[in-house]
Amino acid sequence: MSDDKTQSAKKMDVRYVANLARLNLTDDEVVEFQSQLDHIVDHFNQIRSLEVDDVEPMAHATPIQNVFREDVVQPGLDRDVILNNAPEQSAGLVMVPTIVE
Amino acid sequence: MTTFRVTIGLEVHVQLKTKSKMFCACSTDFGASPNTHVCPVCMGYPGSLPVMNREAIRWTVISGLMLGCRINSFSKFDRKNYFYPDMPKNYQITQCDKPLCLGGGVDIEVGGNARRIGITRIHQEEDVAKNMHYTTWSGIDYNRAGVPLMEIVSEPDMESPDEALAYLQTLRQILVYAEVSDCNMEEGNMRCDVNISLRPEGQSTFGTKVEIKNMNSFKGIYNALHYEIERQREVIEGGGKIIQETRRWDVDKGQTFSMRTKEDAHDYRYFPEPDLMPIALPEALVAEWAAALPLLPAQRREKFVREFGLPEYDAQVLAAEKAVGDYFEDAARCSRNPKAVSNWVMTDVLRTLTEKGISISAFAIKPAALAELVDLTDAKVINSNTARDVFAIMLERGGLAKDIVAARGLAQVSDAGAIEAVVDQIIAENSKSVEDFRNGKAAAMKFLVGQVMRLSKGKANPQMAGALLEKKLSN
Amino acid sequence: MLNTLTIHEILEHLNRGECCSVDVVRSVLDAIHRTDDRIHGYLTLDESDALEQARAADVARGNGVKGRLLGVPIAVKDVLNVKGQPCTCGSKILKGYVSPYDATAIARLRAEGAVFVGRTNMDEFAMGSTTENSAYGITRNPWNLECVPGGSSGGSAAVVAANECVAALGSDTGGSVRQPASFCGCVGLKPTYGRISRYGLTAYASSLDQIGPMTKDVRDTALLLQIMAGVDAADSTTLSVSVPDYQASLTKDLRGVTVGLPKEYFVGGLDPEVERCVQEAIEVCRQLGAKVVEVSLPHTRVAVDTYYIIAPAEASANLSRFDGVRYGYRAAGALDPLDLYKKTRAEGFGPEVKRRIILGTYVLSSGYYDAFYLRAQKVRTLIRRDFEEAFKHCSVILSPVAPTPAYRIGENCADPLQMYLGDVFTVPVNLAGICGLSVPCGMASGKLPVGLQVMGPALGEEAILRTGFAFEQATHWRAQRSGIATENAGSQVQL
Repeated sequence: MSDDKTQSAKKMDVRYVANLARLNLTDDEVVEFQSQLDHIVDHFNQIRSLEVDDVEPMAHATPIQNVFREDVVQPGLDRDVILNNAPEQSAGLVMVPTIVE
Repeated sequence: MTTFRVTIGLEVHVQLKTKSKMFCACSTDFGASPNTHVCPVCMGYPGSLPVMNREAIRWTVISGLMLGCRINSFSKFDRKNYFYPDMPKNYQITQCDKPLCLGGGVDIEVGGNARRIGITRIHQEEDVAKNMHYTTWSGIDYNRAGVPLMEIVSEPDMESPDEALAYLQTLRQILVYAEVSDCNMEEGNMRCDVNISLRPEGQSTFGTKVEIKNMNSFKGIYNALHYEIERQREVIEGGGKIIQETRRWDVDKGQTFSMRTKEDAHDYRYFPEPDLMPIALPEALVAEWAAALPLLPAQRREKFVREFGLPEYDAQVLAAEKAVGDYFEDAARCSRNPKAVSNWVMTDVLRTLTEKGISISAFAIKPAALAELVDLTDAKVINSNTARDVFAIMLERGGLAKDIVAARGLAQVSDAGAIEAVVDQIIAENSKSVEDFRNGKAAAMKFLVGQVMRLSKGKANPQMAGALLEKKLSN
Repeated sequence: MLNTLTIHEILEHLNRGECCSVDVVRSVLDAIHRTDDRIHGYLTLDESDALEQARAADVARGNGVKGRLLGVPIAVKDVLNVKGQPCTCGSKILKGYVSPYDATAIARLRAEGAVFVGRTNMDEFAMGSTTENSAYGITRNPWNLECVPGGSSGGSAAVVAANECVAALGSDTGGSVRQPASFCGCVGLKPTYGRISRYGLTAYASSLDQIGPMTKDVRDTALLLQIMAGVDAADSTTLSVSVPDYQASLTKDLRGVTVGLPKEYFVGGLDPEVERCVQEAIEVCRQLGAKVVEVSLPHTRVAVDTYYIIAPAEASANLSRFDGVRYGYRAAGALDPLDLYKKTRAEGFGPEVKRRIILGTYVLSSGYYDAFYLRAQKVRTLIRRDFEEAFKHCSVILSPVAPTPAYRIGENCADPLQMYLGDVFTVPVNLAGICGLSVPCGMASGKLPVGLQVMGPALGEEAILRTGFAFEQATHWRAQRSGIATENAGSQVQL
């Protein structure tokens, strides 16, 4: 089901999208980004007029398939390395403020 | 009171027991110290890239074949975008529109009714890390992140908790037979989410669907379903509406609870994974794998009947759990009497496993050793009572039956002369019983045989003793 | 003096024992001391480590160890993982992160004895065309300190142009190697997609990114490509095709080469100086024996839109991992993970990155995926077909790299869309997955370099390197030095 024909008049809800991307924005940023992004998205309308129904999307630049690795174990990183990079760690675990389930 | 029809669908996640993870070469070994089986890929470090584990793909295809699925000749991975602390990249590499397997089903039988529960699809994805909750903090262990998972989605075909349970048990049995996973919910290598809705009898459209999570056992799923059916029934009969939501099963309280979440419904923004190339499985390769599939449980039952001459009942019991079937087969191949082996496994072995709460892999008597014990009994070197004693000794102290019998002089006495001497003595000492027997009391013979056994310290061949007694007393 | 030489020239001196690697590195470090506070091309410099590496290379050479880059110092764009070094990607959000592993390309250079001298400035997460989007300050163009060096590999281009290094590595997703090479007057290559492994390159847009060498001449580029190229088991998108001898393809003439000129690239909007330089370059190619034909790339006008849908979409997912949990910056005072993510990313990312993440999230979101992302991927197929068709009629395609020479600092900040439109000649190469080279071809009147873009079909590096080399050898542009570079020519270390 194509939603291609919809949504052309509605503007981007910058706050909503920023929330999806887990980004806090200040009110000033919302205003600034709204106008900049509207302008950019508007420009995208050029591609909406092209005839592409019979064209395959180009998901990969190269037509390769079946790239696998064998089921063999290799050594990874030392735990110290992981824990040194972690902003907060304790007892071998990476710590974050508690998750409310 | 309205009659309701129940509709249940199950989403089962199965951890594949490959040696390495789905997209990197880290070990999947369970129980390692936290964050010791990690690398830049499964930790989501900058610049890391996934590479597909061929064995995981093969096992998912094999599972699909054993579940009667069609294998997609073209399949690919996608990114499923959402943020959570157990997600190293905050997107999961999974399969959206082109999964490896489509269709298929599982045959179940509940209350005499045989039904086929459909499978919608099976796809491959990567597991998430493990969160440990403390008071104000949570700790994350990335050992599990990236372990290969198979997600099996059923059609909403089940109509009762019993059917759901049967589906899970049969599915588990098949996957264990496929040797792709241990499918142990308690160990976490099999997880299940449930979707359930109710509708009044006669209504064609499905009711509102509720998802239930957090069940840790088949029993938990069964109980959660029962609870939820009642809960929904009460709501509907009370004039309320069922809210489409996700609920948590609380095993201690025996109830489901609404999961309060601060987040809106997820927009996963699926798009094709640019770092992985598509999978195009040649038909010839899939055919090759199909020709070499491990036996299905039903096929093994049939094999036991055919090859070992076992009755259906025995085959059913022995094939129920793959490891038990393996044990039986190994033992039977070493023995002259597979039926006798079957009897021993079905009774004494399985009973011991239950008593000790262990699995057959931890069972002290190896298949060949059991076979030897069975053959000794079969050859009448020892009688069945002695055999039980030897079994107990082997369990407790190990050792081989032959050695134990020799060391303790447990060999049955089948020398006619020796038995005759004992028989004569018993006849002489038990004139009352002798008379009873001659007067037609069959029980008296049992008593006399027992006395021969007692005097011979259990070693006399009871069949010979009985025959001799009969012969002497019928004069 | 040594810092002004090319890799090949230095190797000759090293192999003849006329100098040692420590001399070379000292010469580079002197130049950095002299001029980098004005240019700010480097973000990190560990001098003692660089000298240590140089000493080790000298010892190895003394022991008869062979290495195609033994003892040669290379600067690295701060987007590539080098074990034990920081990797900020020009962002605050990766402050404190130390790479635990080498990118494959780095490991291959290291195996040939390269000395990694320092990490260069860039637009944050490779998003930008001026290096003004770095969280760690701007880099100035050595030719004119009031101008930008281009981006996102502006730091690497500037340090090459200033003789503050011998060669450098950049990355190119929509022109980020070629455009700064053009603005700074050095050579920059974007290889065919999949030619060089991306393992260890912090991802911006996975289906468009490639690592690219940035050097003083084409021969050096051919050498670095030779060493880095080839299939990598750690990167499923690399090509299994064998790596040819790129240096063998370098000839001084262009006989038998047909050059295509895309008519859509030469219509209005080009700075007249850029046009002049490029037309003169085309004439040089004719003189060298090339045949010149007109070709058409009809979907040129939608290339920028296509790029700015696909790249931000992939980037929005690639940058989700920067969340304050496992490495880098973590915001203080977060009450739960959701709070942690939103605060960390708000504080850790700059405005251009936020814009592109929002744009990318939008074009993938429910209700917009078909209209934008899916459609853009289809247009991408059309763009690739344009090139496939054009290359039936020519062996390489020539064009400007950018419509203008380097902008003044601060000139293009107000309107992101204007900035994006400057990528019109470079993004099609990434979208089609083909290769493209930028070689200096002139000076715009304000004494700012202009680059010529040589595009080739997929795996056509030999053709574009040959064209670039012949052109370079027949002209004097590679000998041009900025004022700063000339200052750095008078280094104490003499041969």
